Formats: sequence, structure tokens, C-alpha cells
Amino acid sequence: MPTVSVKRELLFQALGRRYTDEEVDELCFEFGLELDEITSEKDIISKEQGDGKAESASDIILYKIDVPANRYDLLCLEGLVRGLQVFKERIKAPRYKRIMPANSDVQRLIITEETAQVRPHAVAAVLRNITFSKDRYDSFIDLQEKLHQNICRKRALVAIGTHDLDTISGPFTYTARPPSEIRFKPLNQSKEYTASEIMDLYRTDSQLKHYLHIIENKPLYPVIYDSNGVVLSMPPIINGDHTKISLNTRNVFVECTATDITKAKIVLDILVTMFSEYCEKQFTVEAAEVTYHNGKTCIYPELAYRREKVKPDLMNKKIGISETPSSLAKLLTRMCLKSHVTGNGNSIEIEIPPTRADIIHACDIIEDAAIAYGYNNIQMTIPKTYTIANQFPLNKLTELLRQDLAAAGFTEALTFALCSQEDIADKLGVDISSTKAVHIANPKTAEFQVARTSLLPGLLKTIAANRKMPLPLKLFEISDIVVKDSTKDVGARNQRNLCAIYYNKNPGFEVIHGLLDRVMQLLAVPPSKESGYLIKAADDSAFFPGRCAEILAKGQSIGKLGVLHPDVITKFELTMPCSALEINIEPFL
Amino acid sequence: MSPAMATDGPALAERLLQQLERAGGGGLGSLEAAAALGLEHQQLVGAVKSLQALGEVIEAEQRSSKRWELTPEGKEIVQEGSHEARVFDSIPAEGLPQSELMKLPSGKVGFSKAMSNKWVRLDKNADGGPRIFRAVESVRDAVREKLQLVQQGEAESLEEKDRNELKKRKLLMEVIIKTYWIRKGSAFSTTVTKQETDLTPEMLASGSWRDLKFKAYNFEALGIMPESGHLHPLLKVRTQFRQIFLEMGFTEMPANNFIESSFWNFDALFQPQQHPARDQHDTFFLQDPAEATDFPMDYLKRVKKIHSQGGYGSQGYKYDWKLEEARKNILRTHTTAVSARMLYRLAQQEKFTPAKYFSIDRVFRNETLDATHLAEFHQIEGVVADYGLTLGDLMGTLREFFTKLGISQLRFKPAYNPYTEPSMEVFSYHQGLQKWVEVGNSGIFRPEMLLPMGLPEGVSVIAWGLSLERPTMIKYGINNIRELVGHKVNLQMVYDGPLCRLDV
Repeated sequence: MPTVSVKRELLFQALGRRYTDEEVDELCFEFGLELDEITSEKDIISKEQGDGKAESASDIILYKIDVPANRYDLLCLEGLVRGLQVFKERIKAPRYKRIMPANSDVQRLIITEETAQVRPHAVAAVLRNITFSKDRYDSFIDLQEKLHQNICRKRALVAIGTHDLDTISGPFTYTARPPSEIRFKPLNQSKEYTASEIMDLYRTDSQLKHYLHIIENKPLYPVIYDSNGVVLSMPPIINGDHTKISLNTRNVFVECTATDITKAKIVLDILVTMFSEYCEKQFTVEAAEVTYHNGKTCIYPELAYRREKVKPDLMNKKIGISETPSSLAKLLTRMCLKSHVTGNGNSIEIEIPPTRADIIHACDIIEDAAIAYGYNNIQMTIPKTYTIANQFPLNKLTELLRQDLAAAGFTEALTFALCSQEDIADKLGVDISSTKAVHIANPKTAEFQVARTSLLPGLLKTIAANRKMPLPLKLFEISDIVVKDSTKDVGARNQRNLCAIYYNKNPGFEVIHGLLDRVMQLLAVPPSKESGYLIKAADDSAFFPGRCAEILAKGQSIGKLGVLHPDVITKFELTMPCSALEINIEPFL
Repeated sequence: MSPAMATDGPALAERLLQQLERAGGGGLGSLEAAAALGLEHQQLVGAVKSLQALGEVIEAEQRSSKRWELTPEGKEIVQEGSHEARVFDSIPAEGLPQSELMKLPSGKVGFSKAMSNKWVRLDKNADGGPRIFRAVESVRDAVREKLQLVQQGEAESLEEKDRNELKKRKLLMEVIIKTYWIRKGSAFSTTVTKQETDLTPEMLASGSWRDLKFKAYNFEALGIMPESGHLHPLLKVRTQFRQIFLEMGFTEMPANNFIESSFWNFDALFQPQQHPARDQHDTFFLQDPAEATDFPMDYLKRVKKIHSQGGYGSQGYKYDWKLEEARKNILRTHTTAVSARMLYRLAQQEKFTPAKYFSIDRVFRNETLDATHLAEFHQIEGVVADYGLTLGDLMGTLREFFTKLGISQLRFKPAYNPYTEPSMEVFSYHQGLQKWVEVGNSGIFRPEMLLPMGLPEGVSVIAWGLSLERPTMIKYGINNIRELVGHKVNLQMVYDGPLCRLDV
């Protein structure tokens, strides 16, 4: 969930009144936001770097507000205020308009064929006669960063560039060139570099290093030039220094390059609708023309208003309320979804503004009606759905066995399903290739290399972590292991195992053997060659030679028991003899 | 102390009782009693304690008092004489070379003291080196005499400067000792009957128990814990949650498949392929088996279409949906993947029947670990599928569910989940923290998830989820999740854990 931080004073100024912190918290909650923290820059710096560094920092109060991940229109102060003011019926939702300048004046962006292999899409728009202040400017930069981190997927899907239009002249060309042929002065640098040098320059940059991989291994890098060959940006890495905007910038050229055109359009719409508030003609955006290499021409921003019709009856039924059509329309209007009743009152027409890309289905509209109605005002009801409950047989058996294993004096452990290769292979004296273990592709540490193929390592590690406890230690676990199985759709399956371990000054094979007999007694399986269970001598690298037996039941091998091999005991950092039992309980269902 | 006097338990106790009888109603102090009976104080204390155990025979009030005692060196002097006396005694008439004298155990200290007492003299010019001679005929060992007085309990009769001098010489020490003031009790008697420790079969057979006295039990001590096994606290809580769902008529889903395809975990839930949750940083992908091979292809095509083009009244996400992405195997990130499989199965029925499902099982996140987050945890999930379910129904079901957990004050906050709309986070008022805390997440599954499965249009599916670990940590007051889950568990905590009753 993205977090937006806004200055408390600015928020109150924009909302036109003051609130207590509790009132803000309440208002946010109702609207689906969360006032996460009340802090200041000073607090933040002193928390992260110590009090000394924080002395000169600002102590202006900041609200950190958690915003739902699909509400890009609430990622800046401007949008938050607009949303809340409309919700509180203090203002009407603004209507965003695209303005076409005289044909000869429209800004043009031409996309060349070379971009196809690296970043094929671009959209653009102009914010004309905008007035920045320090706070507005900061908010403008911050919104771009928030969009980059969220919908733009860390610039992989979309990258935004904003430029002082008065420093460049169109038409602009979006192309892709070999890194050696791109040369310009990057933002806030003092000299020119080639694209390859730029990549090296930012390899250690705490922010930009995260974006390099997006184009690094491509033969051609994306780049935007003006008609005089001035570099606007090398997306998605960095803008040129030449076009950088300042507090005095009056006209902003916005371009978004993308691998996902739908997201690029949304990002452009959000950025320009939010900041068109500060244009001379409020809430208007000057169009730009984008031409693809095949001649296809598009006008941006789209700023499309879409109309949907939803039946009031359906809304009431889905929410569980009974509001009149007109009051439903009013609720929706409070959510920036301008609505009115049509027909004979059996339909509501809703206009979805370009800021609400999250509305893709009637259910999204219904949710907004419910939010405006107030979730906590909805009458709670109990569904009449009549059903008979069933337990999952494997879990039922597990629950019953757990109780009786505890009654037999063994204590239940709960160990991780993921572990290192070493745990299930080297430490048990087997080669990893001989296990049927599933392997994880992207573990952050060795603890998560594989899914366990045995419960034994987890129990041994539990004992190792509890060596201070009085002996004997008697532990068990009934849980799932995972093995590869090509007959399954995903190529692997779980198996429910029971493992128990006895750790004492003597190996206690008879204790573990007795536990097996007890488990079989509980499962009503008699000791018998024909129809019951039996154990017979076996070899297993995890067990001491001559002290290991295989357990046969239901006509199959279900596991092993024995005295653990001294090497295994030592590798798990234990010092006492130990015997163990592990069986698959699924045959007993 | 005379060895002839009985010092064993009962006899000693009786002698104390007789002494007490002689002392009359005012009682007597244990130190005086010990001196009077010629006992070590500690022996007398033993007698007091054994009499106390008999009940009301005596009353003993504990006091503390200071007393002078001999140090080990002081005791040695009482036995052997002072060092200076010993030096004096060891010098024969013809004298002793100084070097020889210094080799004696008491030589060094004794020589300087004997010199300052003028008991001996030193002839530096004697033949064969310096030689020591007696300077007086006989001596009186005053140090020994004083120490003997202390040993007889008459330290008070010494002058203070003498005591200080002996203390400085580390022959005396002042100790604080616990003493008793002993009075007759309500059941006072000068004889002690032997007490039995416990009933025996012989006593029962002979009936002798009727005439015997039994030692009193100490009810302040703890008993001996029974030897037993113990269930794990987290799984005790799991049992209770299972019970709650079963009480509410929910059927348990088979959640025993940790490995899931991205298709069932994400795509089927209408979670777009570029969603951050599908990132390497959040999800464990598998290297082997890397891909799932088998899908219900008709359904998969409908899923592809709803993502890339929309349909069923939805705009869709309008992106290039790729089968390769859906094939990727992962460790499931939520049990909702299981719910998706169950709902798909439900949709394949000839005629729809309502269903209520639950599961409690492990899920996996490739996340940064801290005191409250592990890479694997247990998710609790409830699902109801029926015609015409409302948001009010979801809230009502949650109210019933949480009431069974002992949580009555609930509040609902609008939220966003990719696969539910409307979505609501559930908050409850925490009395301890004095604030609202999130206790679960819920919503109505999106039509884009349900309709491609083939569920009838009027069917709504409400669902909610929460973690098993969080309520358990709150219930048992555990701050670090590693003490609860995994091999670093504190077994003592498991041994000592109470029953799990969530609504108490």
C-alpha cells in the first residue's frame, strides 16, 4: 500500500478548515485511507540517523497516509484534497478538459521504428501557463516518484519525463540508439556523458541503480530529442539537464514512455489532471500529438469520460441496503462519480472520470456507493445459506493422532516447510539429487533453498535449539513434506508425515519402537505379516548401521525407524544418542 | 558438650520441651536454650523446626541477634594456645636459633608478639647467628583465656577494647544469627510422639492409623508436574479455529498443496501479471519443477480474455496476457489459491449448490523477516458462495465469527484487494493497546474471477482471511514470532502453555 506524506498545515489550508488528529483519522478511515503516522522530517531523520543529524531538519508536522494501491488519484495532496472535499460535498468534482491548440502549434512526438525492441510506446501532453510554488513543485516531483514506484512498476512499465517546454522546440523524436551514440548532460550533472558512461555513473546511485537493468542489456537505448538534437531524456533512466523544470517554469512538456500503453495513458491522465489545477485555465490540459512509425497518430492525453449504467436495485441488493435511486446517485457523486437517475428511475447513469482508472466493472461502482453510504452504517445480516460441514479427512486424522501422541508423552513441534539443501541431504548423509525435493529459484538465504522432504531435520534443529531443557526430550510433528510428482498438474505434491524423536543419554530405540506400536494400535493395525504392520532390518544413511528398520503396512513401505547415525547427530550439533521414527500417514485414511 | 547426652531428634526435642516447661510462660530464647542444654545453636534450631512441624506444641517467633564467634584461627588458639605462648613454650633453656624459630608454624606472628610482651629476648651476637632465649620463667596466655570466654558464650564480659583487638587479629568475628523466641503452644506437652510421614498399606490393614500422628503437609510447596506430552500453542489455536468454522457449518478445503501454479494463485483471481505480488521479491518461484503442465484449457482461455480484453461487463486490464507467466510454479502466497480451485470445481456442477468452505494452512512470502514476519505463516480463510449474498451478509458473518473469538467490537474500513470488490478490512478495538487494530481482511470476490469459472451470474461469494500467528501471539503474549514458530521455539513455553479458549 503506497504511503503519501502531506504537510498538516497545507492539508488544512486546502481543506479550508482545521481538524483534530482524531478527526483526520476518522475521516480517513471512513474514506478507505489510513492515517498511518503523525511525524515530522526531524522525527524521521532522528529515527533513521540519530538526533544529531536531525537538528537542522524541519519540524513541520507531516501526516503519513496509506492509500489503496489502485487509487492513483489519491497519491498527492492535490488529489487527496479533491477526493475528500467532494466526499464531504464541499466542492463538485472538477471536469478535466483537453484543449487543442491551433493546428500548427500542437506539440508533436514522433516514435521511430527502433523503439519497438526496447520500449515501444510513448504518450505526451502539455501543462500550459502553470504556476509552481515550492510546495506545488515538490508535490509534482513526489507524485511522479509515487507513480513510478507503483503503477509504473519501478519504471519497467512506464517512465515519466517532465520538461520545461520553453527550453526546447518540437517536433520531438522518440527513438532508440546504440549507447555509444547517445551523449548528453544528465540532470544535475556538470558535464556530458555517453549513455554507457551514464550507466556506469549511476551504478552506485542509491535510487537510479534500480532502473539500469531495464535497458542495460539492450543493443539500443531509448532516447527523446527535440528538433535541434537536444536530449530531453533517456527513459527510463534519466532526463537531460537542459530541459529541467524549476519554480519559474511556465510550460511543462510531459512525456511517458512505456512497454504497456494502457498504463502509460493512465499515468499521463493522472499527472496532468492533478496538476492542471495550477494552470491559468484551471483543469485544462493542452493536447500533444503522437505519431507512430507506421503513420498512426494519436492525440493525448485521452482524458476520457466513460458512461456506465447500473440498476439501483442491483446496488441495493449487493450492498444489503434499500436506498432510493436518487440517493444512490448522490452517494456516487460524492465519490467523484457524477451520477444521475435515468429512465423511470430504474437505472443510474454514472460518469467515470479519467482519474478513476480503477473503476473497471459495476462492482467497483457498487463499492463506491457502499463507501459513501458508510460501511459501518450497513445493517449486518446472517446469510440463510444452509450447509452441512465436513472435515477434510486427512486433517481429521491428523487432529486425532496429535491428541494421542501428546497423551503418549510426546511434545508437539512446529517446524518450517522450507529449509536448506544441506538439512535434507548432506546432514542426513544423502545426495540432494537422490531426493525428490522441489527447489526454489529465488531464495534470499540458504534457509529457503528447498521444501523439506522429511520432518526429521526440523525436529533435530528444534532439539538443538533447546539443549538446555531437561532430558529426555520427546518430540513429534505431523505435517506436510513436499515431493516432486510428475502425475500432478504442478509436478509436485504434499505428503502428510508423522515424525517422532527421542533424545536422551541412551538411544531409547525401544521407546520409539513402542511409540510406533502405539500409533498402529490407535490406527487399529495389528502387528502381523499378512494384514497388519511389521518392521524389518534396513539400511539408511541417516541411521546407525544395524539399528534401522523399515516399516511395512497396508502392503507398502510407510517409513523407517531406528537409532540415528552418530554423524547425523553431530551434524545437527547434538551430543546425545537419539532414535527417531518417520512415517507417511496417508495410507491410513 | 557431653557425648553422653542424647542429641538425636525426638530426645533432643523433648529436652527442649522440658527446658521450656522450666522457663515458664514467658518462654525462652534459642541461644540461651542452646547454651543451657549444651548444644550447638544450629542443633537447637533443628529441634525447634521439628516441633513446629508437629502443629501447636510450641510457638516460635523468629528474631535476629548479633553474636561474637571465634574464627577458625580463634578456635585453633583455644585448642593450642596463642602463637606467642606457643613460641614461648617451644624455646628450651639453652635458647633457639632465630632461623629455627621462624620455621615453626606460629613462628613469625608469635615471635613479634612474644617480643612485645617481653616474654623472650634476642641475642644477635650469639655463636652460630642470632638466638632467642626465654626472658621470663612462665607466662599467662591471656589471649587464649579471652577466647575461651567467647567460646563459652560470655563475650559480653570482655572489655570492648579487648574484643576489638581480637577482631583486628582476625580471631573473633561478629555474626548475625537467626534465633527464635520459644513459647509453649496450645497443644504443649513435654513428650513427643513419633510422627508418621504417610499412610501405608500396613496401617490400613492393621487399623493402626487410628492411633498414629501424621506429619503435617506443607501446602505452600508446589506439587510434582505429571509427566506428559504437550500440544503446540499455535496448533492449539488452529484446533479452535477449525472448531469455530465447523460450528458455523463450513466444510474444510483440501489445502495440502504448497506448490501452486501462478495461474491458480494469481491469474484465476484476476490478479494481473504485472502485479507487484508476482515479483521475485515477494514470491518464491520454483526452479524445479519450474512450470505447471496441465490446466483446464477452456477456463484458461476465459481467464486470458478477461485479463487482456475484459468481458462479463468488465473493462479488463488490457495487457498482453502470457501463458508462460501463468505456468510458473510458486510456493502459494495465499490459501485463496485453494479457494479458487474449489470454486472452479463448484462451478462445474450441473446445478449450483451453495457452499461454505474454510481452510487453515501454510502460505509463503519471500519477504524481509522481522520479529513479526516469517517467510511462511498460516492463513485462515472462510468462503461462502450463494445466490444474493450482500455486503451486510459478509459483515454479519464476520460478526458471528469474531464473536466466537471473543472479539465483539468491530469496525469495517474500505480497502483494496485485487480479487475482491467491495473489500473491507476488519478492525477490532484492543483494550490493552487502547486503539483499533486490524484483525482481518475481507470482501466479495470480483465477477471477473467468478464468471470465467462458470458460476451463475447471481451467485456472490464472500470471503475473509486472517493469519493464525497474530491472534496466537496476542493470546499467549509472545512478542517474537521465532519463539513460537519454527525450530527456535521455546519448549518451556510449549510445556507451560494453558488451554486455548479463544472466547475467555
